[in-house]
Amino acid sequence: MTPVLEARAIVAGYEPGVPIVRGASFSLHAGEILVLLGPNGAGKSTLAKAVAGLVRLEGGEVRLADRSLADVPAHDRIRHGLAFVPQTGNVFSGLTVAENLNIAVAILPRRARAERISAVFSLFPDLATARRGAAGRLSGGQRQMLAIARALAVRPSALVLDEPSAGLSPKLVETVMAKLREVRASGVAVLLVEQNARAALAVADRAMILAEGRVAHEGAGASLLDDPAVAALYLGRRVA
Amino acid sequence: MIAQILVDGVTSGAMIALGAIGVTLTYGLLRFANFAHGEFSTWGAYAAMVIAAALGSAGEPIGELTFGWHLIVALLGAVAFTALLAVALDWLLFRRLRRHGNAIVLVIASFGASLALRSALEFAFGPQPYYYTREIAMTVRLAPGMRATWDQIFVLAVALVLMAATHLMLAYTALGRALRATSENPDLARLAGIDVARVVRVTWLLGGGMAAASGVFLGITVQLRPTMGFELLLPLFAAAILGGIGSVPGAMLGGLIIGIAEAAAVPIAGAQYRAAVAFVVMLAMLLARPRGLFGARDA
Repeated sequence: MTPVLEARAIVAGYEPGVPIVRGASFSLHAGEILVLLGPNGAGKSTLAKAVAGLVRLEGGEVRLADRSLADVPAHDRIRHGLAFVPQTGNVFSGLTVAENLNIAVAILPRRARAERISAVFSLFPDLATARRGAAGRLSGGQRQMLAIARALAVRPSALVLDEPSAGLSPKLVETVMAKLREVRASGVAVLLVEQNARAALAVADRAMILAEGRVAHEGAGASLLDDPAVAALYLGRRVA
Repeated sequence: MIAQILVDGVTSGAMIALGAIGVTLTYGLLRFANFAHGEFSTWGAYAAMVIAAALGSAGEPIGELTFGWHLIVALLGAVAFTALLAVALDWLLFRRLRRHGNAIVLVIASFGASLALRSALEFAFGPQPYYYTREIAMTVRLAPGMRATWDQIFVLAVALVLMAATHLMLAYTALGRALRATSENPDLARLAGIDVARVVRVTWLLGGGMAAASGVFLGITVQLRPTMGFELLLPLFAAAILGGIGSVPGAMLGGLIIGIAEAAAVPIAGAQYRAAVAFVVMLAMLLARPRGLFGARDA
């Protein structure tokens, strides 16, 4: 089966000649959650940004539904079905909840917009009640939901999330992960970059550990949780 | 006297507000203070003069106005021309410098552009003042102690319509939402599918067009000089800072406040201190509330 999203030998960084990601590869299929773990500075977020087109590739290739995204700028990737939710600054705080979603659906045909917004409101009912309020006034958890809702509003085939649990209480993390299960069930391929290994691996179909910009370990989510060597090396005390 | 100060202040404040919209939009989106913005007003004013001259004159006066349809057509032409001039300046100069990501370089470049644009006009038209028309502007009594020329009423009405249209566009259209979103977070805007380069072009078009209208209105109510835009620069920045840099409604309100404050300074301190008022207001605002009346907390 052709992967929905594929990264082949990605080399990327913020300065030319100083790569942070050094040859990382992965493939992601429809209805699958792939979790990307690793210590701070391993290059997880850089890899996610490189996939989204926000960091220039120095080598390798990103493919979406077997089509190269080399010539597709960041603002056009969402039109091709690749949505990215950054870790911080992932909602437009000065705009209302409804305006955030309207911006997302602006790339869809006019007749489909209202239907998509009501679809995400039924997935995230809290947002429907807060639709006229400024996104900047939402709680951390609601903001994260809005960021995910904004990405899902265009019905992407692949969703990349950079640490959606950052700064959230354990209860909210659980809520976010439960939503990601629903997203997976709808057939979307999810790449989840996380520091919170326990929460992420609980929803993962597969997981990869990135170290020094390279894939150091790969396996089924649950198996990584049970691997003491991996836990000690990369996942910290939480999992050990 | 207070009533008359209000009329004069609101009229000149509306012109300042139009120019300040461009200053605040450019700063909000591109994060640099464009010191060439005042020159868009000057170029707009002179472009209208050239277009009106090409049509024969400012036209047969309409009612009690000192000008006719020719100048109104010229105003539209000048807005379009200056909007394109602003885009061209960005394309030729600022866009290239933005790649280096250094705001100071952009600011210095805008000083250079300002000087070049002003000198070009002075070279072409000389330093002497021009008028769109030699007709005498008649005043009308609006209320006790309150008189205005029909030209002032026209300028104020059109400026208010332009400000309201800008506000409605920003608040309720997809383009306005895209502009506000890009201004807040360009990277997220890209991820949301917004063509940021297009938004930047629209910002220059809007800012240049508004500045041109402001210049033509200044030409109608005062006169045209190559330094008119440069002299407008301090009130423009004072209005943008007062309203909160990046906030269009703030720039509009800031413009009106600066206009009224300047008009009030004339009978109190003398006309020679008029310009100083904008500086004092700007300084006071920066010290007391750096984010202005409506600015974001991190601005």
